[in-house]
Amino acid sequence: MATAATASAPGPVAAGRVVRQALHWQERLALALLVACCAALAFFLLGPLFMILVKSVQDKDGAFVGLLQFRDYLGTPALRQSIFNTLGVALVVTGITIPLAFTFAYALTRSAMPGKAVFRVVGLTPILAPSLLAAISFIQWFGNQGLLKPLLGGTPVYGALGIVISSIYATFPHALMIILTALLLADGRLYEAAESLGTRTLRRFFTITLPGAKYGLVSAAMVVFSYTVSDFGIPKVIGGNFNVLAVDIYKQVIGQQNFNKGAVVSLILLLPVLVAFVVDWRMQGRQHAQFSARAVPYVARRKPWFDGAMFVYCTLVALLLLAVLGMAVYTSFIKLWPYDKSFSLRHYTFGLVDGGVIVSFFNSLRMAFVTALLGTMFIFGCAYLLEKTRGMPGTRALIRLLASIPMGVPGMVLGLGYILFFNHPDNPFNVLYHTLTILVLATVVHYYTSSHLTAVTALKSLDGEFESVSASLKVPFYKTFHRVTVPVCLPAILDIGRYLFVNAMVTISAVVFLYSPDTQLAAVAILNLDEAGEIGPAAAMATLIVVASASVCVLYALVTRVLLTRTQGWRRPAPGN
Amino acid sequence: MTQFRGTWWHSVASAVAAAGLLASGAAFAQKTELLVYTALETDQLKAYQEGFNKTNPDIAIKWVRDSTGVVTAKLLAEKANPQADVVMGVAASSLVLLDLEGMLQPYAPANLGAISAQYKDAKNPPAWFGMDVWGAAICFNTVEAQKQGLPKPGSWKDLQKPVYKGKITMPHPASSGTGFFDVTAWLQMWGEADGWKYMDGLHENIAQYTHSGSKPCRQAGAGEFPIGISFEYRANTTKASGAPVDVVFPVEGLGWDLEALAIMKGTKKLEAAKKLADWASSRDAMELYAKNFAIVAVPGIAKPLPNVPADYEKRLVKNDFGWSAKNRDRILTEWNKRYNAKAEPK
Repeated sequence: MATAATASAPGPVAAGRVVRQALHWQERLALALLVACCAALAFFLLGPLFMILVKSVQDKDGAFVGLLQFRDYLGTPALRQSIFNTLGVALVVTGITIPLAFTFAYALTRSAMPGKAVFRVVGLTPILAPSLLAAISFIQWFGNQGLLKPLLGGTPVYGALGIVISSIYATFPHALMIILTALLLADGRLYEAAESLGTRTLRRFFTITLPGAKYGLVSAAMVVFSYTVSDFGIPKVIGGNFNVLAVDIYKQVIGQQNFNKGAVVSLILLLPVLVAFVVDWRMQGRQHAQFSARAVPYVARRKPWFDGAMFVYCTLVALLLLAVLGMAVYTSFIKLWPYDKSFSLRHYTFGLVDGGVIVSFFNSLRMAFVTALLGTMFIFGCAYLLEKTRGMPGTRALIRLLASIPMGVPGMVLGLGYILFFNHPDNPFNVLYHTLTILVLATVVHYYTSSHLTAVTALKSLDGEFESVSASLKVPFYKTFHRVTVPVCLPAILDIGRYLFVNAMVTISAVVFLYSPDTQLAAVAILNLDEAGEIGPAAAMATLIVVASASVCVLYALVTRVLLTRTQGWRRPAPGN
Repeated sequence: MTQFRGTWWHSVASAVAAAGLLASGAAFAQKTELLVYTALETDQLKAYQEGFNKTNPDIAIKWVRDSTGVVTAKLLAEKANPQADVVMGVAASSLVLLDLEGMLQPYAPANLGAISAQYKDAKNPPAWFGMDVWGAAICFNTVEAQKQGLPKPGSWKDLQKPVYKGKITMPHPASSGTGFFDVTAWLQMWGEADGWKYMDGLHENIAQYTHSGSKPCRQAGAGEFPIGISFEYRANTTKASGAPVDVVFPVEGLGWDLEALAIMKGTKKLEAAKKLADWASSRDAMELYAKNFAIVAVPGIAKPLPNVPADYEKRLVKNDFGWSAKNRDRILTEWNKRYNAKAEPK
């Protein structure tokens, strides 16, 4: 009787209550915030993408037509050709950029050549410029009036050739950063062991260096491939009649006013980028067990011939990179290309200030600042809740998935999704349409993945004990967050802020459908100026962007240096290193 | 460290507040605000706005400026939820398209009677009316021509000559209003069969189809491609900037369109919109248009412009905007089928 009573009535429930304490209100707050983060991500990422799917199976009047739009699209030879053009160019760019960047990174990490710090900075400069700058600069170098036109042997720079060289320039720093990180992670002990065993240099390269950098190389290749496939600015400016998917979307939406066809091309563009993204994702998943905590950084020893060769190579690459940037700056300061090359500020004064275009530069600064500030707060806050609070494993898995999706979504696809989603009359967030806020949102979402990974990495390196100790001392999690976590992670937080700022300054694909008169952006202004054939003012605007981004990077470097000495002293294992 | 910890939280808080202020933007004074979509040049906008505000100081114009193709695309995209109150300085062929979609609010502006019949919608009240005419012109770089031994073309048919192979650029009709009126002019002037045949021939010589109507002339001015099919306003400004170009008006006839104005249906600021329409049709406004364009919608106001022939208006082809709008999709599809797949010039 007694046993039956305990078995049937509230026994198990009561037992459950004993084991699982009621959630404290602070934990509830943390979970509520977590759910809010998840909902926001889902709304601002999946909503727009869903609208693209919907539009792609509708006709202009909104009636369901199934895959008719796709059949239509694939039935047009010119548009079909774009798919092959896009993939072909992206493969060539990847095939050239990766060895170039790898050799550069190899020189920086495995040689004892002089000037490494300078080379590193110069190697990363292209990241400060909108991709359009490269295209404009290469037209000035290799166009019909270009100084180096004879080098091309009669092949016009407009078209596949121009897209390839401009994309190599634009993607080089992205590949360099990833490969550099991979090479820096190498374990110096392996090289010492190999050397003491008398392994020859070439064999060491193929048995230690390459396998060690394998994941980095794949990751870099996928990033370069995706960037080239998704970039709209370069083919738009230098592509001539060579059609690629990103420009096709623009032509469908802007030229033919066909949003449904634009959605169809978007989905086709999404496909190769998603494939690259999944490949990269799976490779990264396998990477973990590779590094040992006892790894020792590799220290390069002097080898005059090798160091000399690497120095020459890096000098050459650095000069080429600077020549691209330099030509754009030069173009912005001459009177009338190519007939009057006297110095003039008129592209800045007459072209930008009098024309009222300069406003877009200040809009960009404003947008980049707000993006960096609010984006960093949201991304880091969300990552904190994800990593340092407990409960709701399902929601956490969903956030991880949502945070990794943006990397696989080309900016134009996201931008088109935003216009379709937010201009829908039934959308309560309709008021955002045509505001700076929507540009900030699109930009934060577009660059979410990298920032999120930076935040997660920084948080993971923090001991979980902080949270357990705080909990046992009854210190609310938000206090731990702002007393411990944020100060300790400040370098990573600033890094995210800088990343968002620089990208917000140069992004064009995510915002080209979204800007309004009050929120015209600098990179879009370059596009419009180039479209109108105003090369001088376009180059001037590109120069301003580079100056702004470079200033922020310098500021970041200074602040980080001060911070590292003042607040991060505990990170240094021992003095004298 | 302690000192630092105490201040950083505050600085973040004040930075957030600053960001909020920045994002919301400065507050506007108590004025009726009209959202006007336009494809006019920026330097023209300033003059027109000042002119309008002389008589209507209580209405503030907020411009959305972009190329004809972009503005039209935006308006169509927003069909379900229109943002603009007025469309001003956008191609009449685009406005006819919007009218066919039932998006325009017919209105007879104050000075409608003075506007030439061919430069306004035939309905009464009209859905749109013209401000000025913008028409085709060719920019021809004389320095490069001499270097490369190119004769000066005088007609559209001249441009088919093999000597010009790879030397000509023209605007893409899907992106550019200028490109579209070139194509519709050839089709209307010579009939469909001959029109397409002409474009087949011209296509052989085209180096690039640009996205804007201005760029071919700018490229000609920079010697990048010596011949640019463009429009007369851009040809004039390019020449004025010191570029070595001659402006050519082909003898067969010139494609053209109107910079026109229409009120959007459903606008909540109909009264203010009507005031802008009244002003835009007025003599004062027409005098401002005449500073940039050789033909304005009210006859007898325009003065001759340098580099534009006196009989310019007579050289315009007969242009049926209704036909252009109704056939826009078909023409662009056919054009894309024929020329978009163009292989790289060898």
